[in-house]
Amino acid sequence: MAEYIIETPKGKWEVICGLEIHCQIISKSKIFSDASTEFGDDANENVSFVDAGMPGMLPTLNAECVHQAIKTGFGLNATINKYSEFSRKNYFYADLPQGYQITQFQYPIVGEGFIDIDLEDGSSKRIRIERMHIEQDAGKSIHDLDPHKSFIDLNRAGVGLMEIVTKPDFRNPAEAGAFLRKLRSIVRYLGTCDGNMDEGAMRCDVNVSVRPYGSNELRTRCEMKNVNSVKFVMQAIESEARRHIEVYENGGEILQETRQFDPQTGSTKPLRKKEFAQDYRYFPEPDLPPLILSDEFINKIKEEMIELPDEKKARFINVLGLTPYDAAVICENKEVADFFEKAAEGHDAKKVANWLMGDFFAMLNRKNLSIANSPVTPENLGKLVELISKEVISGKIAKEVFEIMADTAEDPEDIVEKKGLKQVTDTSAIEAVIDTVLTANPDNVASYKAGKTALIGWFVGQVMKQSQGKANPEKVNKLLKEKLDNNLS
Amino acid sequence: MHDLTDLTIDTALIKLKNKEISPVELVRAYIEKAKAGQHYNAYVYFDEEQAIKKAEEAENHYANGTNRQLEGIPLGIKDLFCTKDMQTTACSRILGKFVPPYESTVTQKLLDEGAIFLGKLNMDEFAMGGSNETSCFGPVINPWSKNIPLVAGGSSGGSAAAVAAKMCAAATGTDTGGSIREPSAFCGVTGIKPTYGRCSRYGIIAFASSLDQAGPICKDVTDCAILLNNMAGYDLKDSTSSQKDVPDFRSFIGQDIKGLKVGIPAEYRPDGLNSEVALYWDKAAEMLKSAGAEIVPIHLPHTKYALPTYYVIAPAEASSNLARYDGVRYGVRVDGNGLDELYINTRTAGFGAEVKRRILIGTYVLSAGYYDAYYLKAQKVRRLIKNDFDSAFSKCDIILTPTSPIEPFAIGDKKMLENPINMYLNDVFTVSVNLAGLPAMSLPIGLSSNGLPLGMQLIGRAFDEGTIFKVAYQLEQCANFVRM
Amino acid sequence: MAIDNETVRKVAFLSRLCVEQDKLEDTQKEFNKILAWVEELNEVNTDNVKPLVSVNDEALSLRQDNVISGQMSDAILKNAPAKEFGYFVVPKVVE
Repeated sequence: MAEYIIETPKGKWEVICGLEIHCQIISKSKIFSDASTEFGDDANENVSFVDAGMPGMLPTLNAECVHQAIKTGFGLNATINKYSEFSRKNYFYADLPQGYQITQFQYPIVGEGFIDIDLEDGSSKRIRIERMHIEQDAGKSIHDLDPHKSFIDLNRAGVGLMEIVTKPDFRNPAEAGAFLRKLRSIVRYLGTCDGNMDEGAMRCDVNVSVRPYGSNELRTRCEMKNVNSVKFVMQAIESEARRHIEVYENGGEILQETRQFDPQTGSTKPLRKKEFAQDYRYFPEPDLPPLILSDEFINKIKEEMIELPDEKKARFINVLGLTPYDAAVICENKEVADFFEKAAEGHDAKKVANWLMGDFFAMLNRKNLSIANSPVTPENLGKLVELISKEVISGKIAKEVFEIMADTAEDPEDIVEKKGLKQVTDTSAIEAVIDTVLTANPDNVASYKAGKTALIGWFVGQVMKQSQGKANPEKVNKLLKEKLDNNLS
Repeated sequence: MHDLTDLTIDTALIKLKNKEISPVELVRAYIEKAKAGQHYNAYVYFDEEQAIKKAEEAENHYANGTNRQLEGIPLGIKDLFCTKDMQTTACSRILGKFVPPYESTVTQKLLDEGAIFLGKLNMDEFAMGGSNETSCFGPVINPWSKNIPLVAGGSSGGSAAAVAAKMCAAATGTDTGGSIREPSAFCGVTGIKPTYGRCSRYGIIAFASSLDQAGPICKDVTDCAILLNNMAGYDLKDSTSSQKDVPDFRSFIGQDIKGLKVGIPAEYRPDGLNSEVALYWDKAAEMLKSAGAEIVPIHLPHTKYALPTYYVIAPAEASSNLARYDGVRYGVRVDGNGLDELYINTRTAGFGAEVKRRILIGTYVLSAGYYDAYYLKAQKVRRLIKNDFDSAFSKCDIILTPTSPIEPFAIGDKKMLENPINMYLNDVFTVSVNLAGLPAMSLPIGLSSNGLPLGMQLIGRAFDEGTIFKVAYQLEQCANFVRM
Repeated sequence: MAIDNETVRKVAFLSRLCVEQDKLEDTQKEFNKILAWVEELNEVNTDNVKPLVSVNDEALSLRQDNVISGQMSDAILKNAPAKEFGYFVVPKVVE
């Protein structure tokens, strides 16, 4: 990818960015309590005494959350640490009932890894993962119900989170965007997080600094907390980088601080400062002994690992012959990839891919449907492609058939049969139509013979029209040419 | 028998089973004593009505033969244990009139065996203190007091005093740095802090999570075994509770101690050790020797550092454990302008001086720039202290020490109040045990020349409370201490 | 490491406790006394000593992923000093 340089009249600047992504773990119960993780219930109904930080309550670790974290670790091509520890991060906040968050600090469950991202110019880049740890989510404060009060709902308090920390490997907003989409795709494939940023199931903290282009220095970075869409993350990087540059170019210094991205203005602003700097006083959680994982436990999860988007993409390119671009698009979403594989089974995969990415997606968009609710089943899409391949119908007729499929969910073979749309491939039948057309249009025949060969298209159209589209257009073309050219000689 | 409250649990259970006495009689007898002893300030919550109702139910159980292990035994519960629908305050203003909607595992186990709770017992606020003077309900008065009121010890002062004054058949206690053993020694009763992980901490208000452990305070060694049998065991809800099998502690009572090696640590004889305490220590060793045990000198070289280690680790954990008392979800609230002010006002008004002191120290030792110098250092020394015990137990089977270097002192003692460290020093013989996670018992050995009880401590290997019960019973027989 | 009044104020704020202006001096003195005592630990050589995090050598056991608690907001809110519409209520938090 082309280098991303911010150029001002005073100089050239490079952007350095790292991300910290919080992913809510998919599990039935919370990470340290046996209350439900269900979203959208009445306030404080999915809360146990543990979640409410009641006196004497103790955390117990949910096996599923550990399982999900290890799976995700494999998805990040990362090392799984057999020894990990929980720590307390101490701070006061209304939606943090215990007065501390149980997290992992010095010894996270997942170590270094990487994700390869695909960029728009077809190139790819490896983004290194620093670590991933598991921790508990906080509750929610609702500030807009009353001018003088905030309301606290602890339903979310204690839901498991995976915090993924990247190295500062991003050099432009597009890379960060590609990374988030790729990460979302991986966790969705694995079923470890639903990846919805707008619902807060995936939240992103963005660290940004800049440096003069060509230098190796690392300057002070600022952190933007809880940026909640891919688009906003990209905007936040850009606007924060430009702010840094402006400050530096005016002789100022950047203070290390936490800022907030405002989607309304597209810019960042500092969070209100407290009198004293935050000091989280991390220390090992005395209520939970260290987590020790056996090789057996880890290997069992490794064996259960499903094919991830990158592996699937490679297979679609190498085995099914898709273009890298098509393969990447299809593999981003597991449901799409699964649909495609089912549709392509036994049929021309490339053609299926074209149909899927063309008419099929357009139809879903138009009808505002998800792939799971598609009226066109993968089997029927496969059949439709097969009907074209076997020249039973033409591509043009296929489009008509597809529209009917989309409306009625019918089998394309039935539609073709019922509506008599089978392509005419019988030479004599086509020849008869051609003869009629030629006889009826002597002027155009004369023009063609005089050298206006472009008229061939007009003749094909007439023949197709007379055969109600059922004639095989290739054959029509061939026979027409033969007839007109023969008459020439 | 004239006074049913003189009965040990062991004897009372036999008499109950034989229908010589009834649970209602027994409970009423203890209620009478509790009322007569109100001036000791041992109870902070008393529920006579509920106790009598439970006693009537117990009577039915005995009548139809469905009586359980502790059917009809009236207990007092340290106010650190959350008891469902029964006020629980940790003797702190900050919890107000908190009524837990849940029951601690230990008290649930006792209830499941038919025990009856008379009420909640006084203690140092959040179990932080060694004299029961930090309670928001005021100090407990040691029932052995002569002319001036003496402390009952802490933090389980209410528990020890109530057992001594027969205001309950036995009590629960908790021990973070000596909170079962020191008050037991001061009040002439017997208490055991089991191995860390032996009893579930679920539902016990946390002071220092890596040190806290529940245990019984009883009239004698046998009752401790009976009660611990019904308190110990693995609990899914406490990840630090042990899955190791719990033996029948009662079975060790009366076992021979011939050939058993009793270690005497040289480092437990500091210069200022009360001479009477030292004398009784020697006497106790002699008694065990005469019972067939072998006395061996041992070394616990890092003993001197146990208190400083403890006073880093315990406040650090406490500072975090007590963050939840913020006036938002339960307890008292003192409003303020904004959330931070609400927190500050609530906590400043709600916590007492000692608790605040420890929160501040704990916050400091964990804060950026000081963590390594204090907290990490203390954790390392903690390992050395544990290693000391490991090597000592390669030379002996049990360790005998005094419980406290001093006898009970006066409430409001100037020396203790003017410098908190003087108070902390009273735990010199008990804190190492918590740091190493070991089981230890205090039992009365005799009276000082002032007529005040003195206690001996027996420290066992991890999960070997059995040997403690074995040796303690023999020592109890030899000492023949006369209860109040 | 002797600490100053500013540190006492900072630690008090981190603890969400108020040390009155006139008590700062006393608190600081008491603090320093306790810390000086605790610093006896520096006499101990702890090179190559691993910090003791847990006396329990049993591995952390994991809980099965079952929902047991819930649908009891009444019990959760029972002791709350201020509650409305099923929520805990605090003074308005300004970000």
